[in-house]
Amino acid sequence: MSYNFLARRYATAFTFKIALSTAYLFAGSASAQTITAVMQSGLRVMDPVVSTAFMTRDHGYMIYDTLLGIDSNFEIRPQMAERWEVSADQKTYTFILRDGLKWHDSAPVKSEDAVASIKRWAEKDSTGQVLMTLVSEIKVLDDKSFQIVLKEPTSLLLDGLAKLSSRPAFIMPKRIAETPSSESIKEFIGSGPFKFVASEFKPGLKVVYEKNKDYVPRAEPANWTAGGKVVNVDRVQWVSMPDQMTAVNALQNGEVDFIQQVPFDLLPMVEANSDVKVEVLDKLGNWTYYRFNHLHPPFNNELLRQAAMHAVGQDDVLKALVGNPKYYKPCPAIFGCDTPYASSYGQDVVVPSNIEKAKELLKEANYDGTPVIVLHPTDLAMVSVQPVVIASALRKAGFKVDLKTMDWQTVVTQQGNQKPASEGGWDIFSTYSTLATSGNPFGNTTVAANGTKAWAGWPDVPEIEALRLEFARATDPTERKGITDKIQKLAIDKGVVGPLGQFTVPAAYSRKLSGILPSPITVFWNIEKAGK
Amino acid sequence: MLAYVVRRLLATLPVIVMVAVVVFAMLRLTPGDPAAIIAGNDATAEQLQQIRQSMGLDKPIYQQLIQWIAQLLQGDLGVSLLSGTPVLGMIGDRMGPSLVLAISTITLTVIIAIPLGVTAAWRQGRLLDRAIMTLSVFGFSVPTFVIGYLLVYLFSIQMGWLPVQGYRPLSDGFGPFAERLILPVLALSTVYIALIARITRSSIIEVMGEDFIRTARAKGANEHVVLMRHALRNAAVPILTIIGIGMASLISGVVVTESVFNLPGLGRLVVEAVLARDYPVIQGLILLFSFIYIMINLAVDLLYPVFDPRIRY
Repeated sequence: MSYNFLARRYATAFTFKIALSTAYLFAGSASAQTITAVMQSGLRVMDPVVSTAFMTRDHGYMIYDTLLGIDSNFEIRPQMAERWEVSADQKTYTFILRDGLKWHDSAPVKSEDAVASIKRWAEKDSTGQVLMTLVSEIKVLDDKSFQIVLKEPTSLLLDGLAKLSSRPAFIMPKRIAETPSSESIKEFIGSGPFKFVASEFKPGLKVVYEKNKDYVPRAEPANWTAGGKVVNVDRVQWVSMPDQMTAVNALQNGEVDFIQQVPFDLLPMVEANSDVKVEVLDKLGNWTYYRFNHLHPPFNNELLRQAAMHAVGQDDVLKALVGNPKYYKPCPAIFGCDTPYASSYGQDVVVPSNIEKAKELLKEANYDGTPVIVLHPTDLAMVSVQPVVIASALRKAGFKVDLKTMDWQTVVTQQGNQKPASEGGWDIFSTYSTLATSGNPFGNTTVAANGTKAWAGWPDVPEIEALRLEFARATDPTERKGITDKIQKLAIDKGVVGPLGQFTVPAAYSRKLSGILPSPITVFWNIEKAGK
Repeated sequence: MLAYVVRRLLATLPVIVMVAVVVFAMLRLTPGDPAAIIAGNDATAEQLQQIRQSMGLDKPIYQQLIQWIAQLLQGDLGVSLLSGTPVLGMIGDRMGPSLVLAISTITLTVIIAIPLGVTAAWRQGRLLDRAIMTLSVFGFSVPTFVIGYLLVYLFSIQMGWLPVQGYRPLSDGFGPFAERLILPVLALSTVYIALIARITRSSIIEVMGEDFIRTARAKGANEHVVLMRHALRNAAVPILTIIGIGMASLISGVVVTESVFNLPGLGRLVVEAVLARDYPVIQGLILLFSFIYIMINLAVDLLYPVFDPRIRY
């Protein structure tokens, strides 16, 4: 391309821009320093207690704060709490709030706010619900301190209050936290590092946050949800784009600064751009898995569940779902590999595809050819591939498979249907979750095994339920690890859940941004932006 | 004429009521549960039931219908199940981009397609006619999103002239407003330009064989006058009909264009609401679209006598 051609091209572009942008010059308003981020979807549900949607959770971390945080070593750290004290019998926890905490309406944060928030959170959250069975009293001591008295020692209290994902225990003003937990809150005031700008909120499209100038960050360096949440920009706006190709083009054109999740097939485009950095921020990542319907044939038969688990190979699923081995890893652990509760039990069952073994088990179980109904969502890339690979593996093993195509929301509704397949029920569905959510026996909904009261699939394994309670009462990390190992064994042997492997999804951002923190939650504190 | 308009307007009422009831029933019969979407993927049955109760979704369908109709009669379309925002406000917020896109597209289409069609008819069978018709086949056959991506690649990524995406209202200034509108309008217009150019050409060719054209030529009228004053005016009715149909089908056309160019319009709102089973929003939008369809048809009917005085109401 000659110099003259380039010069002409850019001269034309410049003239064109000038012609179109005259109004900008006359408007002449100085714009605030803003980070524009394309998030994985639009924010619609605003109450982080009512919904476990990731967007709602991320919104929660922007405007609310948590009493405790957790760092990359899985250590629980004080956040809104200045410190906590534990009695000698480990049954009484006293929390003292930091100085200078203020709500976005400038009112001071009081301990009664924290107490009301914890109570509302515990009504809904899986960890909180179990925790409350072990709590005898929560009482306000004064404006800055409150006490939680336990019936017996448990680590669930600190685990719950520092919970990373899928309903973190955000602290809200008392008047808001007194909203019944079955109803959504209507006022969005927190004490977090950003303020929600209600006047600019467009549900599903755009949400704007401005820096909370009254926020007093902790002195320690930021690390996951712990440490100092120092905000270096004036505004952060999240936009949703239904077409990821548009998002990538917009990033390359400098119209947005950050894409939370880049689809794997578009990665080569952003990787080739020197102005853009591609980085996995959530290094814990995600795990994908499938569930059997334990209530009806064929998968009310443990041998057939085992046959299916031997048939499906993780590599096949991960290659189809992710493609690039840099971003995936086979892993049999139901609480995730590289987490405190990682386990290799079941490696030989769930990682390779062993069709011969599956055929043997099928024969031993006298499989009568009952069709296996596999729910197949086609509208979400992250969940549309797994059913196809599962169906193919099951067919190879000798199962008769009926792949039912539908949209994701229909799957979400269908998965709660406890009727047999002949009456609109299902036999297998698959999905994925973050390991920030699923890393322990209470955050991980797939290990609840209390029959029809459990999550979709309804496994009935009383030993697992007993182990979960044992986990709740255990306070020693080694003891807890032993318990999770036993749960892992039972979950694989009984076919409670079929792990399909782990993967990470990279983010992409403009090199104008610096200080982006690796974290299982996308956080916008600590980031600096060069220019506007 | 006035009596005709009033009659037509009154006739829209039963249509709107029927649409409302059918849409309400169809949504309730479609699989999907807004409570499951609000609560998240890992909600238990008990949690879902609590949410259904708080939103009134556990009530019998006929009770929900009566409640909705009672709200409608007071001009209230309800609130979004997900965000709690009034549906009327959401539609108002999203109306601007869609309206601007649709009006700009139709305007550009008429400005380009009719002269193209007339020219093609005038040069029927010659190179210019074939070139215009080849281009129109291309415009008609290539999907809007492909044209959109090509335009973005060329004008945004390669040339750096225009933004890739987004929308700014006119109140932000004409520059920001226009520069974000050019590519979506070009992408969406292509198919309509192709369609209307073809219809214009065939209508004019048909009219050119009529006796009055021969008479005009015999009277010594030049070809320009024959084409514009005699042929085009008489070919206007089918062209107007197809423009009307085009405007109505734009409602569905904008869905793709709004997604590709990230325009916060009604098309995207429909898709989002359907995927989230946000019943009040879907119901409100379908009522609005039905009303727009009816009004466009009425406007086209009322314009017929302007071009053809033989049509009277």
